[in-house]
Amino acid sequence: MQILQGALPAQEALEIHVGIADYKVARKPHRLITVGLGSCVGVSLYDPGTGIGGLLHVMLPEAGRTGEIAKPAKYADAGIPLLVEAMRREGALLRRLQAKLAGGAQMFAGADEKFSFNIGARNAEVARRVLRGLGIRIVAEDVGGTSGRTMILDTATGEVLIRMLGTGIRVI
Amino acid sequence: MGCGEKLSPLCLDALREIGNIGIGNAATALAGLLGTRVNITVPHAVFQPLEDVLAGVGGLEEPVAGVHLRIDGDLAGTVLYLFSQESAFYLIDMLLGQPRGTTRELDALGRSVIAEAGNILTGAFVGAIAGMTGLKILPAVPMFAFDMLGAVITASFAASGCDDLVLLIETDFMQEDQSVKGHFIMLLQPGYLQTILQALGITL
Repeated sequence: MQILQGALPAQEALEIHVGIADYKVARKPHRLITVGLGSCVGVSLYDPGTGIGGLLHVMLPEAGRTGEIAKPAKYADAGIPLLVEAMRREGALLRRLQAKLAGGAQMFAGADEKFSFNIGARNAEVARRVLRGLGIRIVAEDVGGTSGRTMILDTATGEVLIRMLGTGIRVI
Repeated sequence: MGCGEKLSPLCLDALREIGNIGIGNAATALAGLLGTRVNITVPHAVFQPLEDVLAGVGGLEEPVAGVHLRIDGDLAGTVLYLFSQESAFYLIDMLLGQPRGTTRELDALGRSVIAEAGNILTGAFVGAIAGMTGLKILPAVPMFAFDMLGAVITASFAASGCDDLVLLIETDFMQEDQSVKGHFIMLLQPGYLQTILQALGITL
């Protein structure tokens, strides 16, 4: 696969930005990037068979309201199924999908007892639960801690690159 | 915060005015803290959806210091004050009485200095709003973060439980030829925008 790809006519890899409470799907060799994940969680899905990748940036764990949800991609429980569906429409196979999670940090420190300390952890927890429910394997995670992250899915390789302030790039 | 409903120009003016008075009060507090005169540019206040706020404040990966102050009482919401890294370092130098450029990274002392300055500024901001509206507003203990702008701002929004329109005010506090640039962001939980407007005698 790697060798074949090298033999293909060169196609410039684009960097496609995924905003907050948004998701995008791309095909190799393009890269999907979401910037500044704090307590938010980035969920990447990749189908190695087709080179189709998807990236979702959720801010909250659960939509939790009845009726129509204004912005489903904002929530882990409502956003992940949307991303999966969009990837399947492009030709990705559900059983081949590999998930990676990043973010879910505790950004603020201090003594306010009523501050919602666990949003990051809850985002990751609900994302895992929803992925499991869909039968999707989580192959890597870079979750928790106290630092913000930028997450890049390279659809040419399926690798996820993590960038933090003042540190180099880490590959998961 | 009034889910997607259209605010009349009168309401917007009233909210902007509240913001401006809050900033004026914060500048006075900063002057008191520094023991010098502090000038402010006319604050630029806008009322906009969350996504637009992110686009307007700066590069999402730029390092910022953020002070998150939960408010309670007659109003429920959050006031977030963001300083650029440069302004944060400058503010630390000023408050510690050291030459500008001394602070090059954020240590524990710097953190507490910025958290305290942010606390005083946000407290003054909230106090002005309380004075103007007659509402009882209780600020909580400040929370502090120093990281990528996008990460700090979204974590604050997520923790605030507010998700619609926010009041964003760009601030520039000047002392002699130096300036401390920042952004005040006020988020209210659903329904509390009406509380402010009613307290001001404005009917929606």
